[in-house]
Amino acid sequence: MWSRTNLGALAFIAAAAAAPALPAWLVSLATIAFANGLVVLGLVVLWRAGLVPFGQALFYAIGAYAVALLSRHAGWEDVFLLVAIGAAAAGIVAFLVGFLLARYRDIFFAMLSLAMSMILYGVLVKTQTLGSTDGFHVEAASFLGYAPHGQALNLMLFWLVLAVSAIAALLISLYFRTVAGALAVPVRDNEIRLEFLGISVNRLIHLKLVIAGTLAGLGGALAALAVGHVDPNMAYWTTSGGFVFVTILAGAGSVAAAFVGSFLFELARSIAVDLVPGLWQLILGSVLLLTILFLPEGLGSVFHRVRRSAEKAS
Amino acid sequence: MTAILSVHDLEKTFGSIVAARDITLDVPAEQTVGIIGANGAGKTTFINMITGHLRPSKGTIRLEDRDITGWPSRAITRLGISRSFQVAQIFPSLTVFENMCAAAAAGGSDGALKRVLAPLRSSATIGHADAALELFRISPYRHVRASTLPQGVRKLLDIAMAVVGSPRILLLDEPTSGISVEEKFGVMDVVMSALKSRKLTVLFVEHDMEIVARFADRVLAFYDGTVIADGAPAVALADPRVQTLISGTKPESASHA
Repeated sequence: MWSRTNLGALAFIAAAAAAPALPAWLVSLATIAFANGLVVLGLVVLWRAGLVPFGQALFYAIGAYAVALLSRHAGWEDVFLLVAIGAAAAGIVAFLVGFLLARYRDIFFAMLSLAMSMILYGVLVKTQTLGSTDGFHVEAASFLGYAPHGQALNLMLFWLVLAVSAIAALLISLYFRTVAGALAVPVRDNEIRLEFLGISVNRLIHLKLVIAGTLAGLGGALAALAVGHVDPNMAYWTTSGGFVFVTILAGAGSVAAAFVGSFLFELARSIAVDLVPGLWQLILGSVLLLTILFLPEGLGSVFHRVRRSAEKAS
Repeated sequence: MTAILSVHDLEKTFGSIVAARDITLDVPAEQTVGIIGANGAGKTTFINMITGHLRPSKGTIRLEDRDITGWPSRAITRLGISRSFQVAQIFPSLTVFENMCAAAAAGGSDGALKRVLAPLRSSATIGHADAALELFRISPYRHVRASTLPQGVRKLLDIAMAVVGSPRILLLDEPTSGISVEEKFGVMDVVMSALKSRKLTVLFVEHDMEIVARFADRVLAFYDGTVIADGAPAVALADPRVQTLISGTKPESASHA
């Protein structure tokens, strides 16, 4: 386990060190990919317990709009403050809707979360002061007083996203070893038994909802800063669907896979849109089909297989 | 001899249907009580009232000096009343050892948040899990996925999971149901000697009169929502009403003839 944590830390440091030498488009792409990877990490927390929300964009959009509104109307520009508030806002909303959501399972859970995200979408689209369908720009941000521009800003944002992702990955892998985290599979397997062991399954799921919602808000806040723009599509169901797609691609087995999967997804999308415009949806569908058929436990399971065969060989 | 569990004038009605009535009894610590009765006689209603899954319409339930009538089920579990199931309730996609670790960790006695944020595989939970696996003689299956276990082992695992949190009272719902005739005495020997060594007070619901006669210190016979016989197995099972209405050793026509 510690060697895996070290390996992860090494990968993050390597990515941070390599960034200045990488082309600008790749740095921007990786920034968005890792911000979205945080949302996927939250979905992994829920998916381990057998829950798939089709409306996680609700929290993503709340994080993003919180950052955009504060920077535009309150004039706040410190990224650390903005991101913290974005994540907290999403976490609080997750805590509130969690009282309802935690009581549902399976398709009802998925659809209820979808319904909630579409309500937010409707509100955003209809509210002129929030920019309606166009959304609005996020004002330039500063890092504890340092306000870079151009590629320097992009690099700073990339490092910020990377650092937040590394901390989140570490905390979630620690969480998976706690009683609450490790009881995810038992929740999926047999709720009756857990209840009779004295565990409140609803409260356990409520906790997972707050964790996943906070992570989604964190991702949305960072994405808003990286893109410099927010719009209602951030709450739309296709956005939620994209996160679920990457979660299936990554699998629930590994924390690192959430980020690797998200990066590969963004990379594939930008290449496909460049080379074969109009075929992206087709490629997306085919990849999902192949993943479900041949890698039902996701990309993460490839790491495990490689490791196991290496252990056998030695 | 002080009672660990006292039930007084317990009654449960669902609308106009009386599921249980006039149940008054004391169970001394470490006694093994067999509960018999036909389907619908009120056995499960009785068990569910003690575990807090049904709120009694009338009467009181006391655990030692504490009145636990109407307490929420999870609070009652934490006080030390645990149960196993007629159909084994396990976590099929985990191994036997992981099942036990989950049960041991879930049964901790700290406050809710402190408990769930502790590491699952602490040396304490692993110790408790392994001790329970030894006690119920299922250590050889330690690394087997629970979904592939034979029925008898599955039952033992279910009961071991109920015991690992160190309860004081254990309610067993038909421990031998689903187990073959050849296996059932062997399984019950393992279960009962394990429960004795943990000094548990046991109430078990059972349809098999041979099992009841062999393992119970005392028999409660339920009929139509109430207790019609309460005593040592030899006495209770010989009661003509029990023989007619429950065990079927004496046909109904015979008692009228």
